Amino acid sequence: MSCHKLLLSELKLWSSGGSSWISRLRCGGRGKAFSSSSQNVHISIVGGGPAGFYTAQNLIKARQDVEVDIYERLPVPFGLVRFGVAPDHPEVKNVINTFTQTAKHSRCNFYGNVNVGKDVSIEELQQAYHAVILSYGAEGNRSMGVPGEDLAGVYSAKDFVGWYNGQPTCQELSPDLSCETAVILGQGNVALDVARILLSPLDVLKKTDITQPALEALAESHVRRVLIVGRRGPMQIACTIKEIREMVNLPGTRPEMIAADYEGVTEALKDVPRPRKRLTELMLKTAMETPGEKEQERRNNASCSWGFRFFRSPVEVLADTNRNRTAGIRLAVNKLEGSGEAARAALTGEVEDVSCGLVISSIGYKSLPIDPSVPFDFRKAIVPNSMGRVQQAAGIYCSGWVKTGPTGVIATTMNNSFDTARSLVEDIDSGVLDISAGKPGSQSISTLLEKRGVKPVTFSDWEKIDNVEMKRGEASGKPREKILTVEEMLRVART
Amino acid sequence: MALVTALKRLAHVRFGHYSLRTATAASGSYRTVQRSLTIGTQPLRSDNKVTVHFFNRDGEKITVKGPPGDSLLDVVINEDLDFDGFGACEGTLACSTCHLVFDEEVYKKLGPITDEEMDMLDLAYGLTDTSRLGCQICLTKSLEGMEVRVPESVADIRQSKDGSS
Repeated sequence: MSCHKLLLSELKLWSSGGSSWISRLRCGGRGKAFSSSSQNVHISIVGGGPAGFYTAQNLIKARQDVEVDIYERLPVPFGLVRFGVAPDHPEVKNVINTFTQTAKHSRCNFYGNVNVGKDVSIEELQQAYHAVILSYGAEGNRSMGVPGEDLAGVYSAKDFVGWYNGQPTCQELSPDLSCETAVILGQGNVALDVARILLSPLDVLKKTDITQPALEALAESHVRRVLIVGRRGPMQIACTIKEIREMVNLPGTRPEMIAADYEGVTEALKDVPRPRKRLTELMLKTAMETPGEKEQERRNNASCSWGFRFFRSPVEVLADTNRNRTAGIRLAVNKLEGSGEAARAALTGEVEDVSCGLVISSIGYKSLPIDPSVPFDFRKAIVPNSMGRVQQAAGIYCSGWVKTGPTGVIATTMNNSFDTARSLVEDIDSGVLDISAGKPGSQSISTLLEKRGVKPVTFSDWEKIDNVEMKRGEASGKPREKILTVEEMLRVART
Repeated sequence: MALVTALKRLAHVRFGHYSLRTATAASGSYRTVQRSLTIGTQPLRSDNKVTVHFFNRDGEKITVKGPPGDSLLDVVINEDLDFDGFGACEGTLACSTCHLVFDEEVYKKLGPITDEEMDMLDLAYGLTDTSRLGCQICLTKSLEGMEVRVPESVADIRQSKDGSS
């Protein structure tokens, strides 16, 4: 059919390149149906985000007899690359191309719309597979634990990000953006993403894959000032330099810093490693240096502002006179004990009230336990492990945020996922992981799911969703218009 | 050439087995562009090319050639060099996975470095004073015979601190 013609033209196109392309194309055309074998090592991965895909990629490459099945709760793959990465960071989403190649590999299968822990248990996966890898990330969020955090106008960054990125469970959020000042608690990259999205010119956002409801809400937004609050000082800020530079350069905004926060920072910079040094220098420059004429003019013309507020911890979200809406936040003033990364924030006893109608808490994501049979460290909110081997649970491994806690950039997750894959392969080689008995893999799980009325979404089903989203995006000049409900995702997948 | 490389990268695969469907999906609307560019730029004479000696994470030396103007990331993709996870963001300055380490004399010849590249390098594992991102280094004749080391990806320190108590 037309597909064959296309492939032939591919071959011709690449044949002049003289690389190993052709041999790859020749050996690669086998369908998935031929590859499955009971002799294979069957591995299931729980969670179809970056950790799951990077772990799968490494395993498939490491051993020719490994067959990997990725189970994902949502009908759509890629986890936080789809629902976490900011819409104005499309470059980061290029990793999807590699994940797609992994998913299409003859020894990899994607099963979306399968909620492990509910539709199928970890124990059932263990029976069907030689190993189970937990890569389900950090779906919870740490709460501030202060009075007033349930008031209207207080949101978790996780929900706010999920709202503008089309996470189905966050679509009801409809945040109220009618106030002028927003306070973000936390100074990690998520906090800066939220600040940037709140203040970005609409012309920039409307060319991204931000959802239409979010775009419309932001078009009506009155937020003109965003304060990004951290309990420690500039030397301890958690975000990376790229995100700060984006704020510094954000059109239509000016930085609003407090010079006193940077006292003694220049001296302290001498002995710190380059990344921390450059990041701090950028903040210093922004806060302390007199800008050049052009920059001054830019700042004067800016209608919005943003700034860091250091040495502050939330004490209470303050309500308006009707006691139902956020009117401000009371912050405790801290001082630092110790120095460097290990410095602790200690209370001074002073407090300070800041008027604001919007409070977004961005103090960290948190992994949740998946099943009573799997060990879980509630204090650290991770699955306890040694190099990805879950402690006291033979045959169970973990990768990504559930392994390390919710920190790091995509390369961090990539490396830690590769490490877990290496641990697993080592265990196969050393005999620690017993692969002598044949395992049915997805065959038995499919039967279970069918009995339970659960219909998985395959990767080719996802491609239907993908196509529809891209087509809808094309109509409005966006790379994609995300489908916002699980119901519609399933409907499109099954057409 | 850069576009051709980008397209190849789209369909590039790091596994032994390659699915035909991937090539189909990756080509899509780019096909016409691909053809004209391929025809237009392909017959590059090898004597024009620049030799690069890579040292992979196992310390193994791999010698390849690439046309002037190609980036080191292009060379890695085009020559199908198997460096795990290399070039995750596909050369868009959004990650640090194409981190490479150079000899000091070579490093000095590599030309200016932008703030944005430095920002990404700051997140790289095993950062050195002579580190650069492969996607930002373009081959020139003056770099003929240079040696380039792919740094070992070391486990994140956070892992031993938090993950394996």
